[in-house]
This record gives sequence, structure tokens and C-alpha cells, in this order.
Amino acid sequence: MRNSVLRMLRIFLTSGAKLAALLLAVSVISFALVSASPVDPVQQYLLSLGTAVSPEQRAEIEAYWGVNEPPVQRCLSWLAGLLRGNLGESAIYRRPVADIIGERFVNSLALMLCAWILSAVIGFGLGCLMGMHRDRLPDRVLKKLCYLLSSVPSFWLGLVLLLVFAVGLRWFPVGFSSPIGILSEDVTVGERLHHLILPAFTLSLMSFVNIALHTRQKLIDVLNSDYVLFAKARGEGKWTILRRHGLRNIMLPALTLQFASFSELFGGSVIAENVFSYPGLGSAVSEAGLSSDVPLLLGITLFSALFVCAGNMIANLLYGVMDPQMREVGE
Amino acid sequence: MRGMNRRACALCWAILLAAVLAAVYLLGLLIPDEAVAGSFLHAKEAPSLAHPFGTDALGRDLLMRTLKGLSVSVTVGIAASVISAVIAVFVGIAAATGSKRLDALINWCIDLVMSVPHTVLVILISFALGRGLKGLLIGIAATHWCSLARLIRGEVLQLRAQPYVSVSGRLGKSGGWILLHHLLPHLAPQFFVGLVLLFPHAVLHEASVSFLGFGLPPEQPAIGIILSESMRYLSTGMWWQAVLPGLTLVLIVLLVDRLGNQLQMLLDPYSAQE
Amino acid sequence: MTQEKEALLEIRDLSVSFRRYGRGLGQTELNVISDLHLTVFPGEVVAIAGSSGSGKSLLAAAVLGILPGNAAVRGHMRYRGRELSAERQRELRGTEIALVPQSVAFLDPLMKVGRQADGHRKPYPTGKRRALFRRLGLPEETERLYPFQLSGGMARRVLVSTALLAGAALIIADEPTPGMSLEQALEALSMFREMANEGKSVLLITHDIDLALAFADRVAVFYAGTTVETAPAADFRRGPEALRHPYSRALWRALPQNGFQPAGGFQPYAGNLPKGCPFAPRCPLRTAECEEKMPPVTRVRGGEVRCRHAT
Repeated sequence: MRNSVLRMLRIFLTSGAKLAALLLAVSVISFALVSASPVDPVQQYLLSLGTAVSPEQRAEIEAYWGVNEPPVQRCLSWLAGLLRGNLGESAIYRRPVADIIGERFVNSLALMLCAWILSAVIGFGLGCLMGMHRDRLPDRVLKKLCYLLSSVPSFWLGLVLLLVFAVGLRWFPVGFSSPIGILSEDVTVGERLHHLILPAFTLSLMSFVNIALHTRQKLIDVLNSDYVLFAKARGEGKWTILRRHGLRNIMLPALTLQFASFSELFGGSVIAENVFSYPGLGSAVSEAGLSSDVPLLLGITLFSALFVCAGNMIANLLYGVMDPQMREVGE
Repeated sequence: MRGMNRRACALCWAILLAAVLAAVYLLGLLIPDEAVAGSFLHAKEAPSLAHPFGTDALGRDLLMRTLKGLSVSVTVGIAASVISAVIAVFVGIAAATGSKRLDALINWCIDLVMSVPHTVLVILISFALGRGLKGLLIGIAATHWCSLARLIRGEVLQLRAQPYVSVSGRLGKSGGWILLHHLLPHLAPQFFVGLVLLFPHAVLHEASVSFLGFGLPPEQPAIGIILSESMRYLSTGMWWQAVLPGLTLVLIVLLVDRLGNQLQMLLDPYSAQE
Repeated sequence: MTQEKEALLEIRDLSVSFRRYGRGLGQTELNVISDLHLTVFPGEVVAIAGSSGSGKSLLAAAVLGILPGNAAVRGHMRYRGRELSAERQRELRGTEIALVPQSVAFLDPLMKVGRQADGHRKPYPTGKRRALFRRLGLPEETERLYPFQLSGGMARRVLVSTALLAGAALIIADEPTPGMSLEQALEALSMFREMANEGKSVLLITHDIDLALAFADRVAVFYAGTTVETAPAADFRRGPEALRHPYSRALWRALPQNGFQPAGGFQPYAGNLPKGCPFAPRCPLRTAECEEKMPPVTRVRGGEVRCRHAT
């Protein structure tokens, strides 16, 4: 017991160090990228103000932003700010980037979590179904569907769903996370959910294919294994085998894959949030990019990397904790 | 197709699909700019015989715009996947044949690229390069090489463990000679199939990044742009601008995917049994 | 001999073939077992001996009804005098007929051994199983281990325990000895001998004739998908004159203690079997008839043999 706690701690520390190195590299590289941009952030900022500015005022802003300092020094002071939790101030929202990310992430989290669970359930269920009926009709139809879905641009899928369910059938609202014109504290949970369903469904459609095909393959491998042959010889039926051996052996890889797919999830949410005008991190990052809000763009990039790495780390830890072979070898 | 050899069958498919792609590309080039000129008399028309895909808010024929857009998509897709695949080959071979430290470094770089969601990274790169075609191309190329590089690294490691490769090393052949005569010929099919299978990803990414507004400029007839415009008119019931161009894109992507699978079957019949 | 008793398992003219997709779109039938005869009586150990890869294991799968989907079975199998239909196989496997597989790979890697030995039938026979583990010399904590933590000997005993726990009347042991040291193999086989002495029947599928001879009552010699001779094990100990089929004699001579003389030629495998007797191409006694037609099963001196020239 003590040993395993120590081992977990060691895994935690080493992966923590790796994570820190990775995040540092991500921040430096993204900083270098935005610094290389020909888009002049000050110019963009002044344009967004919409009022004429005197050259003196402009110089003041430039000095405040540190535009004229050498890039290395700017990068260092930005990194120093990062360490203190100061991500800078967003140019379009005129508020600290950290606050915006915090606020938007809550929205995004609701969306991604719903989609994540939905895609896991759909994907795992369909994968099992396909694996159990390998090469028969349900499998062939579902496999075709999976390949079709992976060839469909995600944003177009969102558009079509929007057309059918929001514009055509009027089951769902066309956009936003809550009804327009109502103060956010007056919005009920039901209304929020109502606005969440369509984007979450789109997002899960984008990502369940992977997990379904993976689960199918794993289940087929399990069903072809010697231990399933022995289970059959002992009189276990098809569904008993799925319950007793199938799920036990495919659950962990599927869960790991699901945690390792945070990158696709986040990327998908950028698209989904834009299609459904959902005010989360995804719509914020494209907004930041389009209006040259450098601090916000950098902040969200870094946050997305943190999010992805957290997923990968959980996936690694899961294996260490749940696979008896890994667990015992470590002890 | 009964009675025909599987191989011949795959070859026919491959040729047919390649021909369709080439036709789409050429059609896009051959359509004169006047064909996509707007006319307010015909704005927002639903699909008809004269305009099979309908017209947009400026009265431009959507079929023509879609075809031109597909041509652009195919170009961007091919360019980005070629660049990506070339990067993947170099990186993969370097990782497999270089020192342990280089291998670790490359793996770390791959982890690094994978740690930022592709869409965010493409936005960042496109922003850094001032948006437009160049940023889009580099952004897509820079994010798609990772998995192919890993595949090629594994392949090279496996090949190097083969007796004939190690024997030829002991016979005094130089590393470069072995690379040229033993490794590259075996990698060619992998590279080719990888390239074709990268294409759908590249095209889909191009479309979605253009849709978000980071790709091609709005006056270009790209599919992503057409669909992004259609967003504004969705609630007025202009379904055709959203549905039809997207459907065409799906068709093209499916075709290329099919082509890739056929090629895989041609080059490596065992892996394509599934 | 126990010939007067009612047979527990009776197999007549059993053939197993596989549909295979060959080159192009053509389908070929691959005969793996053809016209096999075998009888197992209560309380005896019958060994099926033949070289590796000759399809012996499929016999076990055929009896249990767990062949893969692309396999076709023809012929008759009777268990306790009644036809062994697919439905009956489903009822009997794991209760009346039990399989003892060869290695730890047949245990679910992620399920603890105790639960696994208990099986899926409720109520779980946990108390009975604990007693059985003790009897087999498995330490108390074995039930909490995962298969990968078992030693080879422990894994084998766990596998055997599943058959004992089922209370099966017929135990099919599929190649239980490969990869074992001689002591381990002897230990494993004596376990099966013990079961037979308790009144159960054991069908021992093996490529190790020597070991089989030491523990079996009767030995069926398996050649190219069929049994060419079934003889009391004592006949093998007596020498080639006591045997009936030329292949059995060649096999006897190929044993290390009998001169290690290999028979000329190779065993034909599924897919290119000769038309007539499968042993004809290598047989010193062959006649034109042998090459034309498969010889029928005849009883010669208390054994069954498939040879026209058997004496």
C-alpha cells in the first residue's frame, strides 16, 4: 500500500516535471509565433477603439504594452507574469485574460463534458455492438456510418443539425448558451440545457467514431482470444462472455483513449462553439485570433495545452492504477 | 466486377477516382470568373435548372462557386499533405536512424505539437503568418505530420532489424547506400498511402479553418467561406447554401478516402484484408 | 477390457472442414478432420497421439461445439448413447464435458483466479472450490492472484480445478504438457490418471506418445486428420508386432528408446490429402486399391484399425 502510494507520487512528480517543460515550450513557441505576426496589435487595438488617437497617446499605449522592447525581454516579462498568474489583459474585453478564461471555461466545460460522456457512451455501445456482430449486417452498416462521419466536416455537420433541428423543426434555439435578453442569473438550468443539447450532440458526433472503431477492434481481439474460447468451452453464452470478459478487457483501453482525446475534444469545441455561437473558450480563441487580441490568444493556447496534457496524464495514471499487471509490477 | 481479380479491381477504382479528382481540379480552373459574378436580380434563389445549387445573397451561382472552391480545396489539400508527408519522412527516418538523444528529442517535439489542439495551433500559425493562403498551408502542414512520422519511424526500426539490412551494413555498405537501396523502396508504399490518407484531413481542416475566418480571404471561393456566409442566412431558410456545397465536399473527401484504401490494398494486400 | 460397457462418447465418421477464401473470389473447402472414429468408455484415459499441427485440437472444439463460424461438421457424435446436437453441446459443455486447456493464456488476464475458477454459474461454488484448491496444493492466497502471477504449475492446477469443479464426466485435456519439465508433465498426467480412477473419462490430446503411453488405457493414433489405429496402450509397450497399422509401427520405431528411425516422407496436411488412404504414399504395404479408396475401419485383435493389410 505504502509502496503504491510512493510509486504514484513518483509518477506524479516525473509527469509533473515533463508537463512543466512542455508547457514552457508551448508558451515560448506561441509567444514567438504571435511576435512574428505581421498584424500590428496596437493598430488593431486602436481600430477597435474606433476613435482617433493622437501620436502621443499611441506612443503611450505602445510603451504600456512594451511593443518597442526587444522580443526576448517581452517574452520574459510575459513568462514572469504567467508565474504570478497574470496572463495579461484582453484587448477586446478590457479585462484580465485569466478572468475571461475562467468564465468561458465553465461554459466550455459544460459543453465538453456532455459531449465527452455522450461520445463515450455512444462510441462504446456501438463499438460493442459492432464487435459482437462482426462482419454481419449491423457491423457493416455501422462501420460504413463511422467512415462516413469521419469524412464529414464537423462544422458542416453542425450547420445541418442546426438547419434541421433549430431552423426546420424549431426544437432548439439557434445559438448562444442562454436566451438573449435575460440576465444571466435569471436563466434556469433547463434553459441552459436546452441551449446545450445541440452543440453537445454535434461535438459528440465528431468524436465518437474513434472510440467506436477502437472498441470494436479490441472486442474482436478479445473474442478471438484463448480465454474466450475457454469461457465458451465452460458453457458461457455470448452475452455472458461480453459481460464477464469483454467489458473487463476493453473498458480500460477505451477509457484511456477517451482521456487521451482531449485534444480532439477541444479542437472540436472550437468549431462547435463557433457554429452555435456558444460563448465558450472555443469561440473566444477564434475571436481573439480574428481581432488580434494577443494576450487572450496566448492565454487560451496555453490553457488548451494544459487541458490536453491533463487528459494525457489522467490516461497514464489510469493505466497505472487500474491494470493489475502494471500495478503489481510497480510494487 | 465478379470474376475480376481483386487487384485489378482496386487498380480500376484508383484510376477512376484519380480521374474524378483531376476533373474537379481542372473544372475549377476552367470556369471563368464571369461565371461566379453576382447579379442582384437572381439573389437568394433556391436550386433550379438554371442554378442547380441555387444562388447566394449576392446572386452568384453556387454550383460554380462550389466547383471553384473545391478546386482550391484540392490544391490546398494536395500541397499541405505533400509537405506534411515529406516532413514526416524526414523526421521519421531521422528519429529511427539517429542517436538515442535525437530520437528522444523528436518524440518530445511530436508530443509538443500534439499537446496543443490542432485547430488552436492552426489558428495560431495562421495568425503568425498574417492569415491567408500561406498561413493556412503552413499551419495545416505543420500539424499533420506527427502520426505518419511515428509510423515511418516504427517501419524503419523494423526494417533495420531485418537480417539483410544488418548484413549489408556488415558488408561495408554506407548508411546512405542502405537508406537508398533498402529503406526507401520499402517506405515508398507507406509514404504514398500515408500521403493520400492525409489528404482528407488536410481538406477538412482547410475548410474548417476557412470557416472560422483564418484561412483564405473572403473573396476566394473556398468551401469554408461559402459555408461561413451561409450561417448568416440560415434562419431565413436558405438551406441550399449550407447543404449543397458541404455535401459536395463530403463526396470529394469520401472519394479520396476510398482512393487511399484502394491504394493501400494494391500496395499491401495483407493490411487491407479487414 | 471394458468393451462391454456402454460408451460415454462415441464418434463415427466425423469430418471437420473450413470454408476459406482463396485467391480471387474462389472458395475452397479445407478438410481438417475426415472420417474420424473414436470411442471413449467411462473410467478410462484415451490418448489421441499425433504430430503437432495435425488438427487434433479441433477435435476437442468439435466435441464441445465451439468451432469457429466458418467450420462445417459432418458425421455422428453420441454422448451417453444420445446424439450430441448443438443444443445438447450447449447444455453439456462446462457441466458434463469439460475442457482443460494447455496454458495460462486460457485464463482471463484481468480476472482474479478464484472468481475465474468459480465460473459464471450461480450460486458460485466458492466453498467447494476452496477445498479443491487445498486438495490440489494451491496456497490460500491463490484465489486473489491474477493469472500472470501464477507459476506454470499453479496455472495448470487452476485449469484442472475448473474441470473437477464442474464435476464433468468427460474431461478433454488439450496438449496439457508442452513447455513443461518432465516432472511437471508427469505430475499433470497423474492428475488425469487420478480423475479416471475416480470414474471419469479423460480424452488426452497430445503429441507426446511416450508420455501418453505411460498414463493412457488406450491410444488413438492420429494421422492426417483421422485416427488410423486405436489400440490398448499395452500393445505399444509390447512392440511393433503387436500394432496393426504401418504408421503406428513407424511411429513406434521413431521413438528414441526404439532406435529413433524416422519414417520416410512427410505427413500430408489438410488441403493436399491423397485420394485414398492418407498413409498410402509412405506405406510399404500399399497396393493400387489403397491409393484409390480410403480403407474402412476394421476390428483386429481387440483394436480398431483403418488398413486393408492389417493383421
